[in-house]
Amino acid sequence: MSAVIAENSAVAAVPSPKKPWVNRRESVRDTVPSLIIAVGVAVASVLLTGLAGPLGFYVTFVISFLVASFVSGLRHDSVKAIDKAMATLITAGFVTAFIPWVSILFTVFKRGASAFYLGYFTNDMAVTSADDDLGMGGLSHAIVGSVIILAIASLIAIPFGIITAVYITEVKGRLRGLVRVMVQSMSGVPSVVAGLFIYAVVVSKFGFSGVAGALALSILMLPTVARTAEEVLKLVPDDLRSAAYALGASQTATTFRIVLPTARSGLITASMLGLARVAGETAPLILTAFYSAIFSLKVTGQPLASLPMYVYQNFTTGTDTALTRAWGGAAVLLGMIFILFILARLSGGRSRR
Amino acid sequence: MANDENDLITGVSAQVPIAVSAVSFDSEVVGEQGLRTQGIHVWFAKHHVLEDVCLDFPANSVTGLIGPSGCGKSTFLRVLNRMHEFIPTAAMAGEVFLDGEEIYGPKVDATAVRLKVGMVFQKPNPFPSMTIAQNVLAGLKLANIKVLDKDSLLEECLMRAGLWKEVKDRLKASGSSLSGGQQQRLCIARALAVKPKVLLMDEPCSALDPASTLKVEETIVQLSSDMTIVIVTHNMQQAARVSDYCAFFLSDGGPGQVVEADRTAVIFSSPTDARTADYVQGRFG
Repeated sequence: MSAVIAENSAVAAVPSPKKPWVNRRESVRDTVPSLIIAVGVAVASVLLTGLAGPLGFYVTFVISFLVASFVSGLRHDSVKAIDKAMATLITAGFVTAFIPWVSILFTVFKRGASAFYLGYFTNDMAVTSADDDLGMGGLSHAIVGSVIILAIASLIAIPFGIITAVYITEVKGRLRGLVRVMVQSMSGVPSVVAGLFIYAVVVSKFGFSGVAGALALSILMLPTVARTAEEVLKLVPDDLRSAAYALGASQTATTFRIVLPTARSGLITASMLGLARVAGETAPLILTAFYSAIFSLKVTGQPLASLPMYVYQNFTTGTDTALTRAWGGAAVLLGMIFILFILARLSGGRSRR
Repeated sequence: MANDENDLITGVSAQVPIAVSAVSFDSEVVGEQGLRTQGIHVWFAKHHVLEDVCLDFPANSVTGLIGPSGCGKSTFLRVLNRMHEFIPTAAMAGEVFLDGEEIYGPKVDATAVRLKVGMVFQKPNPFPSMTIAQNVLAGLKLANIKVLDKDSLLEECLMRAGLWKEVKDRLKASGSSLSGGQQQRLCIARALAVKPKVLLMDEPCSALDPASTLKVEETIVQLSSDMTIVIVTHNMQQAARVSDYCAFFLSDGGPGQVVEADRTAVIFSSPTDARTADYVQGRFG
C-alpha cells in the first residue's frame, strides 16, 4: 500500500495553482439575466411612464435590479436570495454615493480645463485682470500663498494637536476630561468665527497677512488633529509601554521614542485630515489673509493670495473668463490636496510594512 | 550545606501551617546579594490580593513561582520591579531589598530600579517601529546609557538569548518580522542589553510552541550563571526543568499566600504541604 502511494506521488507532477471557488461562468449566468431585466424595466418605465431623465432611469434600474437579483437567488433558496439582494443593495448604495464624487470632479475639471495653459501655473494676476483672455495671467501667486499659509498653519496645529493628544492619552493629566471637552467643542467652531477672532486679535492691529490666515486655519485644524491623534495613540498597545518602562525608560522616553514612532503613520493621517479640513476654507481667509493678485512670499504686513480666495475673487467678478478661471482654480486646489494625500501616504506607509 | 532549606525562606501568616515556617529572615545565608522580600501585601483598591509574602531569591539562581491562576504570582513579580505602580488602584505594604538596598526607599527612582530588575512579558512585545538591532539596544536609548561598542553588545545579547545565529544576517529587518519564539528571545536580548542583575519572567513561554519553549528554557539556564531569575510559570515540567527553587502560591478565595517554598527538588519530590503535592502532581489547579 505504501509502495503504491510512494509511486503515485513520484509520478504526479506539481499541480498548477487554481481557484476552484471562483466560477466565472456561473456568476455571469447568475447576474446577466437580472441585469438585462433591470435595464429593460428601467428603459420601459422611462419611455412609458411619467418617470423621465437619467434620475428616473437610475431609480427604476436600482429597484428592479434589486428585485431581479432577489428572484434569481430564489432559484437556490431564500438564504441565497436575501444574500444576493443585500449584495445588490450595498453595491447600489456605494455607487449612489460615488456618483456625486465623480460628478464634482468631472464638472470642476471640465469647466476649468479651458483655463489651463502652461503659463497658468507660472504667472500671477498682477498685470492681468479677471476678464482678460484666458491665455494670460495665472495662479502661481495663489498656489504659493496657499502652500505658505497651510505650511505655517500645520507648523502650529500639528505639534499642538499631537501634544494635546499626548496629554490626554499618555500623561493622563488631571485636566484631561476638560481638555477633551474643549477640543470637542472647538471642532464645532464655525470657520468664520475663527476668522473673526483672528481679525479682532491680529488683523485689527497688524493688518491682513499670511500669518493671520495661518493662525485662523490652525484654530480650525487643531481639534481635528488632536482628536484623530488621540484615537491613534489609544491604539498603541499597552504592552509596548510596559516593555519600555520595564527597560528603565522614563515617561518622556517612552512617549517620544516608543509610542509616537509606533503611531507614526496614524499621526501622519491625523495631520492630513487636519490639513484637508482647512485647505479649502475661504471664509476665515477673507477676514485674515485676504487676497493679493501679485506673487509674493512675504507673510506679514500685506495680504497673501490663496487658492480658495483666487476662486472666490474670480467668481465674484462674474465674467465668463473669470468664471472659467475660478473653475480652473478649484481644479488646481483639488489636485493640490490630492498630491498632498499621496505624499503623506508614501511617507507614512513605510513603517507599516 | 546545612542551611540548604534556609536558602529560600518563607514567611507565611499563621493561618497556613507549613513546615518551613521557620521565618527567620536570615541575611547571613543570602547575604547582601540577591533579592529579598519581606512581608509583601498588595491591594487593588480594597481587594487584598497578596498577603505577607516573604521570599528570598539568592543571587545567580532561578526561582519558579507556581500556583493556580489568580493567586497573585504575577502581581508579586511586578512588585519586584515596581511595575505594579502603573495600576492606579494598586497599594502595597512590605519591603523589597536588592543587594541590600530597599527599592521602595524614599530616594529610590523607579526607573533606576527597573534598569537593575529587567522583565520579560507573557506576550512577546518587540517594538514594531524598530529593527531587530534597534530593539536589542532600545533600553540604552530609552535610559540614555552610553555604550562604546554597540556592535559587540548587540552580538553578546543576541548570543546569550540564543538568537544570534538566526538573525545575524537580518539585523536591519523589523522586529515584528520574526516568529513568536524568536520575538520572545529578542525581548530577552533586549532586557539583557541594560545589564540587569535580576530578570523577571512572567510566563515567558505560554504563547510559544514546544521547540521555542525549549530554546527559551536553555537560555534561562545559561543566564542564571550570572543573573538572578524569577519566573512565573503554569507549566510544572518547566518549573522542574529550569528552576533551582520553587515557591507555591495559593489563594483560597482570599488573598494569595505562599504555601510552601523550597528547593525545586524538594517541592516536587517531598513537599510538606498536601496542597503543594496535589498541585505539582496535577490533582488540582
